[in-house]
Amino acid sequence: MILSRRRFLHRSAVASAALIGAPAILRHSASAADNPILLGALHDQSGPLAASGTPMVYALNLAVEEINAAGGLIGRPVKAIHYDTQSNIQMYSQYAQQLALKDKVAVVHGGITSASREAVRPTFDRFKVPYFYNVLYEGGVCDRNTFCTGTTPAQTVEKLVPSAMNKAGKKAYIIAADYNYGQITAKWMTKYVKDNGGEVLSIDFFPLDVTNFGPTISKIQAAKPDLILSALVGGNHTAFYRQWASAGMKSQIPIASTTFGLVNEPSTLDATESENILGAYGYFEELDTQASKTFVEKIKKAQPDTPYISELAAATYEGVHLWALGVQKAGSIDRMKLIEALESGISFDGPSGKVLIDKATHHATRNAFLAEVKGRKWSVLESYQDVQPLDTASVCDLVKNPNDTKQYVINL
Amino acid sequence: MDIYLILLLDVINGMASLFLLSLGLAIIFGMMKIINLAHGEFIMLGAYATVISTNAGVNIWIAMLLIAPLFVGLVGLLIERCLIRFLYGRLVDSMLATWGLSLLIIGIVTTIFGNTIQGVPTPLGGFSIGNYRSSYYTLFLLAMALVMIAIVYGVMRHTRLGLIARATMQNPAMANTLGINPARVYMGTFAAGAAVTGLAGGLLAPVSGITPVMGGAYVAKAFITVVGGGAAMLSGTLSASTLFGSLNQIGAYFTTPVYGEVIVFTAAIILIRLLPQGISGRFLKGNL
Repeated sequence: MILSRRRFLHRSAVASAALIGAPAILRHSASAADNPILLGALHDQSGPLAASGTPMVYALNLAVEEINAAGGLIGRPVKAIHYDTQSNIQMYSQYAQQLALKDKVAVVHGGITSASREAVRPTFDRFKVPYFYNVLYEGGVCDRNTFCTGTTPAQTVEKLVPSAMNKAGKKAYIIAADYNYGQITAKWMTKYVKDNGGEVLSIDFFPLDVTNFGPTISKIQAAKPDLILSALVGGNHTAFYRQWASAGMKSQIPIASTTFGLVNEPSTLDATESENILGAYGYFEELDTQASKTFVEKIKKAQPDTPYISELAAATYEGVHLWALGVQKAGSIDRMKLIEALESGISFDGPSGKVLIDKATHHATRNAFLAEVKGRKWSVLESYQDVQPLDTASVCDLVKNPNDTKQYVINL
Repeated sequence: MDIYLILLLDVINGMASLFLLSLGLAIIFGMMKIINLAHGEFIMLGAYATVISTNAGVNIWIAMLLIAPLFVGLVGLLIERCLIRFLYGRLVDSMLATWGLSLLIIGIVTTIFGNTIQGVPTPLGGFSIGNYRSSYYTLFLLAMALVMIAIVYGVMRHTRLGLIARATMQNPAMANTLGINPARVYMGTFAAGAAVTGLAGGLLAPVSGITPVMGGAYVAKAFITVVGGGAAMLSGTLSASTLFGSLNQIGAYFTTPVYGEVIVFTAAIILIRLLPQGISGRFLKGNL
């Protein structure tokens, strides 16, 4: 065959156009075939927060699998797009933009610390992507685009403080981590101690890199409290429990904590260091209900090396399912239809029991549990049914102010 | 009255742990002028060595006092051969390389052991002074600090090894002409510094929360202690850890732990401003 120059040019132009166009055409036809609903997720799977983030990812994947096994949502499968935020707030901002603009996801679940939530929440507000924050936190977020499914202090601290005071006595000494979570939680502790007729002897805050608690332990002994309330956070702060035990104080003054055991402290600390510490959360792995056992079993089967499955994982699982119920009820992934469906009183029976979305606050009415460390495990002492997020409710009413996007600091 | 005794114990505890934490760095930095930013990770490795071997059934004292320093010493040897020996005299490069090294070690430990908190219970137990209670472990840390002072002093002053080490640090070219191989001395010194740091990590393991990133909490304080102490390895580190350790503990007791930290760092800034050569550069000249 003789190729003229013109013919050669013509052919190669057609060929290269077809080559360049092929991926787009292929992708188009592929997405028409299964067309999944995209669920964005942001969790720390590396860095200091990885021990918290990893079980959350397992729980999220489990929920997505279950939804798909049940036939997907409105006839479409769900696909999770996950980014590891590496315990770095900058990564949160970056991946939030990517999820909203590049991946164009229908919903985002994620965020662990309050700082990370506040880094991504405005992005999802601006680009109108519904956002689920499935973590216990200090309360007060008031945003129609955001759903907070974890517990807040009115649901846990409110139960923890009086039962600890009943056991130990009226004089409390508060020790807390020095950032917004610790500061605000210390205020709540103070409020509930006073509400129950007690007295706060002192409040000490600790930067996250404090490792030597000797002076504090001496100070606590000099103050002679009946009870320690702890909101210490992170690996360095677990040193407190060891140094406390090694000074022989463990048997002298009991400890109640809003943070202890959220990761895996009971199983890594020695029994002498952790025995009888009180805690209150929206979920414990040791919960003796069928739903909880099945949940734990399924996660452990998929990921045998899962660290402790805490409220973080349970609330993430419940959050994804609540979103799925919302989509089904709305019959669409349209943002406003979904929000209205979720506001209509949707509830999901998860591992912690019934979780109901509260219309006015976009927080969850859910069960809370009080437990005590026994033999390096939590032993659940008491359950409280359908506890409302009263703290946030006192400052937030999305029915009256649907355009609110603030996090209120609750005045105590 | 009793409370002052307890406070004194806190101060001793602060001084002894700071001294133990900084000594290895002082050996490496003071003698070889290598800024080892992976110092915190050496501490972490010592702590992990203790925890892992104790959990595997080794006696905790053997784990702390033998396995931790030996293991980290060997790691130090390996690192010196593979990385540090190319960087003598290149201060900035050594900082960059050891910074990367610290990230690498954190990554490796996280991959193997996961990002969870590990620990061993504190041995010994507590005793009471009047109405107050304290831990025997505090006294043990003090004893270990004294033992380390004695060992370092003895080796450096009274053995041939110490003499060779000091001579090489002072004038490597002259030492070389006298038949000493400086490369070998550097290697030994770096490994010894790493081993001492590993020991500190092992000793602190029972009283800290052990995670792959725990080194970060110690490295800044160790550095200000070594820089504040100045060139003299032993007397400098000792005087600076006495100063900073007691300021930190007393500050934390009478104000809050937040100010306890602030006071130490402020004191360090003032000290470096007034004594750029460190405490030993001004007051303890010629000491070891």
